[in-house]
Amino acid sequence: MYRYDEFDRQFVLERTAQFRDQAERRLSGELTEEEFRPLRLMNGLYLQLHAYMLRVAIPYGTLSSKQMHQLAYIADKWDRGYGHFTTRQNIQYNWIKLEDTADILQALADVEMHAIQTSGNCIRNVTTDHWAGAAADEIADPRPVGELLRQWSSLHPEFSFLPRKFKIAITGAPNDRAAVKVHDIGLRLHRNAKGQAGWEVMVGGGQGRTPMIAVTVREHLPENELVPYLEAIMRVYNLYGRRDNKYKARIKILVHEIGAEKFRSEVEAEYARHPHQTTEVEERELARIAKYFAPPRFEKLSRFVPQFEEAKLKDKDFGRWVKNNTAAHHVDGYTIVNISLKATGEIPGDATGEQMRVMADLAEHYSFDELRVSHAQNIVLPHVKLSDVHAVWLKLKAHNLAEANYGLVGDIIACPGMDYCSLATARSIPISQAISRKFADARKQEEIGAIKINISGCINACGHHHVGHIGILGLDKKGEEFFQITLGGSSSENASIGTILGPGFAGHEVPDAIEKIVDTYIKLRSPGEEFLSTYRRIGPQPFKEALYAAA
Amino acid sequence: MPLLKQNAFVADQWSHLADEDALPDSAAITVSLARLQKEWDTLAKHPGQFGVRLPNTVREAELAPFLPRLALVIVTFPAFNDGRSYSIARQLRLEGYQGEIRAAGNVLPDQLQFMRQVGIDSFDVSDRFPLDSWLKASRQMSLAYQRGLYRPVGEREVWSERHRGFDAWEEQPHAG
Amino acid sequence: MSTPEKGQVMTANRLRDGEVVFLTRAGIWSEKIDDAVLALEPQAAAALEERAQQDVKATAVTGTYLFDAERIDGKIRALHFRERIRTLGPTVRTDLGKQSQGTAGAFAAVEE
Repeated sequence: MYRYDEFDRQFVLERTAQFRDQAERRLSGELTEEEFRPLRLMNGLYLQLHAYMLRVAIPYGTLSSKQMHQLAYIADKWDRGYGHFTTRQNIQYNWIKLEDTADILQALADVEMHAIQTSGNCIRNVTTDHWAGAAADEIADPRPVGELLRQWSSLHPEFSFLPRKFKIAITGAPNDRAAVKVHDIGLRLHRNAKGQAGWEVMVGGGQGRTPMIAVTVREHLPENELVPYLEAIMRVYNLYGRRDNKYKARIKILVHEIGAEKFRSEVEAEYARHPHQTTEVEERELARIAKYFAPPRFEKLSRFVPQFEEAKLKDKDFGRWVKNNTAAHHVDGYTIVNISLKATGEIPGDATGEQMRVMADLAEHYSFDELRVSHAQNIVLPHVKLSDVHAVWLKLKAHNLAEANYGLVGDIIACPGMDYCSLATARSIPISQAISRKFADARKQEEIGAIKINISGCINACGHHHVGHIGILGLDKKGEEFFQITLGGSSSENASIGTILGPGFAGHEVPDAIEKIVDTYIKLRSPGEEFLSTYRRIGPQPFKEALYAAA
Repeated sequence: MPLLKQNAFVADQWSHLADEDALPDSAAITVSLARLQKEWDTLAKHPGQFGVRLPNTVREAELAPFLPRLALVIVTFPAFNDGRSYSIARQLRLEGYQGEIRAAGNVLPDQLQFMRQVGIDSFDVSDRFPLDSWLKASRQMSLAYQRGLYRPVGEREVWSERHRGFDAWEEQPHAG
Repeated sequence: MSTPEKGQVMTANRLRDGEVVFLTRAGIWSEKIDDAVLALEPQAAAALEERAQQDVKATAVTGTYLFDAERIDGKIRALHFRERIRTLGPTVRTDLGKQSQGTAGAFAAVEE
């Protein structure tokens, strides 16, 4: 894992001191609210429905157990004993006081964390594959580049007042778990015919009001050119992105309006215009960072662990959890453990301070001190020995963290919605709770198989409903909540935007509607065919009939 | 509006001509970009220094033919969160322009350091804040991760410091 | 139940801690909606706006706005469910917010 050196440490300390001063100037009246607002936002402090909310960056979703302990401490000391893990691999606290915020930022700095650029029209926290460094299908760990980009984008003087927020996602594996095609910039590592690693650079994906899949502007960018090339993209966007309408200000609209070809030529012209700077420093910096991400000292173990196989047979619940919640590790004798924060009827992504401590301790004892936050709002222990999995499960079970629904219908992604968010038009959490109760039967969930349900409480799409296999969007119709259902979205390497099925539903009707969709799929699927494949094969019509014909 | 330059409020030595104003004999003058483009032949003969006021909607490349003759480029920030002129100033410096770049419009203390880092060196500022607030805000961060910034009061560039001897930017004249 | 009187309530968040507050007849900010003054006329609403702007300048509150509400038997209820949630706390965590602190007001449910 990356560790701060004296520069990183000083940078975050100065930034914290700067915010302390700004907050004091606001409280004393020297700064007006209009002047203070962008400053607090650039430090992650929002004003939400009930109180201030602080969003803390978890760079590329990676945490040490010490950091997770500190997040728990902050939840208990300055918030109400819990935090919410978000779809951008961050954590949010919902009950923060302005007068405490500088102290919280200091507590974060103590464990090499910050809240810089978790809001504002700047480059946000870079996200990546939550299995990075562990997945069996990976070409290379994308996190060193994630750290390089974190540093490069931090307080970038040229790109801190962009037309709109800017999100970058990177993946080092062919199976995209980072949703790179629905980000402002998506980066995918791959090898060309000569076997050289390079980045496919995709631009202009996004969700929100106008969902779009990113277009490729470079097929294979050499790794050392990444930073100057991204500067060229950012400069073109900063200069020519629309600023007249907040809903048309994202880079996807620029790409769409001028066309992918024209956009590409603008970027290439900007990139070629200046005498080409040497990238030796960037290369050396990346090499320096990469050392921190050297693989942990894995033991040489057998792929077959008798006591693990026995435990699965003896305890059916454990067996089911292993089947659903663990994934192939690239080292024999190890596995990736996915901890579901989606216990039936609970709030997706919420964890109590106590649960955070339990997960932190498990990471310390069983996973080389590492945890990951996934964009699906779950927590990952990336490197667990097969022989330790049962002990890990027992501990998780004792703290309501052993729900065996990873990737299944109960593993719902939901934004905070109207229960917390001042932008929301409807609640999302109660819908997700009701659906998860409807499908509480573990056997039923397994029978249904892999399916992604995503719920957003407004058109801004923080719950990524456009790319859910089943997407649910909460809207306000004359003062009443109602919900639109889309089908066929995906954020994978074969990304697609979901299609609206028909008229919306009242909140209490949604779980039945979802059940009808799922039943239709079960009836019509070919053997072994997953929901999304069935939908892509048969189209929306059978689902429309099931939902609307009888009504 | 006070003019902030080299850590002090100073008098503006420049006359800013409207498009219909006659050219004075020798003073330092600025004109709009439109007038610069239209009356270049006359302006080029002006004996005093001259500069241009640049809207943030034009391409900086349009200035290229005039750059060697310009001593001042005024870039504008119609709102503090309209960041186009950060890129325009950076492009001017990357093109090797070494004259003065001045920020006009909505300039606030907490943006001052960013403006300096992209190469802006004087500022038309609001008189709401005392000099002290400007000076304090302009040096809150002593470090920057980005390379090739314009650093008149010496922030340290983290990557260049970590890898001394490999930083080609250090050889460029403006990166003092 | 008497006929509801319809009007507007001025709300904000307290600057230093973010707590949701409502402007009272006495010109102070209360955590409880039932203490709020209900502006029945546009002039009264304008007076609340003016007072709120003063308190924003005086750094007491932030994020001020008026919302539609009604008074029934002396108790105030927001018309839109968004504002009702705001006077209560999260509907999915009834152990948090005003509903758990005794500052929720008389209409203590979103659907009522």
